[in-house]
Amino acid sequence: MNDKLYRILLFAAALIMPIVCGGVVYALVTDAYEAFEHFGFFKFLTSSEWSYTEGAEQYGALPFITGTLMTTLLALIFCIPFSLPVALFVGEYFKDTKVAAVLSTVTDLLAGIPSIIYGLWGFYTLRPLIMALNISPQGSGVLTASLVLAIMIVPYAASLSAEFIKMVPNDLKEGAYSLGATRAEVIRKIVFPIAGSGIFSSYILAIGRALGETMTVTMLIGNTNNIPDSITSTGNSMASIIANQFGEASDLRFSSLIAIGLVLFLITAVINMIGKMMIKRARIS
Amino acid sequence: MTTSKTKNRLVKDKAMLWVVCLFAALTAVPLFAILGEVLFRGYDQLSWSFFTEPTPTAYKAMKAIEAGEPIPGGIANGIIGTMIMLGMAVVVAVPTGILCGAFLAENPKNRFAQIVSYLTDLLQGTPSVIIGIVTYIWVVVPMKGYSAIAGSVALFIMMLPLIIRSTEETLKILPQSLKEAGLALGGNRARVMLKVQLPAAFGGIFTGVLLAISRVIGETAPLMFTALGCSFIRFAIDKPISAVPLLIWEFFNDPNLQELIWGASLFLLLFVLTLNLTAKYLAKKWNQ
Repeated sequence: MNDKLYRILLFAAALIMPIVCGGVVYALVTDAYEAFEHFGFFKFLTSSEWSYTEGAEQYGALPFITGTLMTTLLALIFCIPFSLPVALFVGEYFKDTKVAAVLSTVTDLLAGIPSIIYGLWGFYTLRPLIMALNISPQGSGVLTASLVLAIMIVPYAASLSAEFIKMVPNDLKEGAYSLGATRAEVIRKIVFPIAGSGIFSSYILAIGRALGETMTVTMLIGNTNNIPDSITSTGNSMASIIANQFGEASDLRFSSLIAIGLVLFLITAVINMIGKMMIKRARIS
Repeated sequence: MTTSKTKNRLVKDKAMLWVVCLFAALTAVPLFAILGEVLFRGYDQLSWSFFTEPTPTAYKAMKAIEAGEPIPGGIANGIIGTMIMLGMAVVVAVPTGILCGAFLAENPKNRFAQIVSYLTDLLQGTPSVIIGIVTYIWVVVPMKGYSAIAGSVALFIMMLPLIIRSTEETLKILPQSLKEAGLALGGNRARVMLKVQLPAAFGGIFTGVLLAISRVIGETAPLMFTALGCSFIRFAIDKPISAVPLLIWEFFNDPNLQELIWGASLFLLLFVLTLNLTAKYLAKKWNQ
């Protein structure tokens, strides 16, 4: 095979990415168009009505956007107290030791568990626990979904943060030690300021994961089409409303679900782009 | 005063160490809780017939429950469906992904390659449920029905960015001298890639493929809108077909079949975790 043919072959294979991504956007936009045209773009995003009585169909995405933002934010809050210690454990305290390798294997395996199994565990173990503790009567809801979601994103946030914590130059840390700083002070005054932007970006990417998580949320959020009024009440996220209703939807409802999918796609794309850009910057500095 | 301040600092230092260790250890709890629950509730369902028989109908299962017998049947339809769809997806995704990854590694400064690289990130971050609805629009609508082909297209799209990335990264960390030596011996670029670079990168690419498989094999949402599910063993690729995660979802929603959840989950979980550990082990072994 000569060089020219080889180059053309590689180029042709690379063309698949623009084709697939363009196809994704094209399919979402054309099928979402009907809903946006019928309700108006902003009206669709800000309406909280979701009723499919024939003749008086009303679809709005606000309850699901709220549901997604609530579960994601809560998951992030629950995830930090666990992912940050794991990152410090692997990247600083026990750097390059056997225990650290064991812990990172554990978190890797956590990342590998399929989301439907997380959902089962949440439904059959966590939900009864939440009912027994009298936190909410039905057990499922935003809180339950967020707790499991938090466990799911810990591995992503932790492994990336650990990578940045590991990169903090040794001489800086040694300088602080020689001035009499304790390890806790070195972490607070040297490691966090230097690795901070990298750690922050790893949480942005973890948010990107949590936004689109489908099965776990569908099994645990309770699936009601209202705006959740507290963290223990039920609701639906953008991904879970699609999972729940896509199979039976047609016409306007179908288009509305695709429109929600388009919004979700755009949000995750922007979040991921910001995260990747910040990581690139943090790696260079 | 200074001594008490010093003491205070040392106590804080100790406290921090303990807090970090405690919370890091707590992170391992969910893994063992999930593994334990699935293992204890699922191990007695695993038998030969669980892997060779298709799922029972809800009626049959109800009869068995009424008679106090274990539910007959298994998940063979799901295992075969998963294998067919995964097989088709792998056969297309591996060569395409490797070529695309090679393109990115060969032209790091090229404008088009940068766009492709960005799009790979975009596709990798796209929620799987969206891949599902897009595949529905692309394949299910024109074919006028759910099918194994549609399911494998969805899996293909999800695997592609993972394989591209692992190929690109492995090729990039190969020593530049390796490629130069090949070219100096008179091989052209294609020959050097095929005979020198790809064999040297085999380990990294192979682990990448294993990880990609373990990532998509448990995917449920995209298959719900593409493969749909099917209650008997089927080999046709243009008809609805089942998959192991789809069966778990069906069992979850059908009170009569709920007993089967744990066996199917145990099988899926063990499969995924074994793939993961194998990939990690191979990566470590080949890196030495």
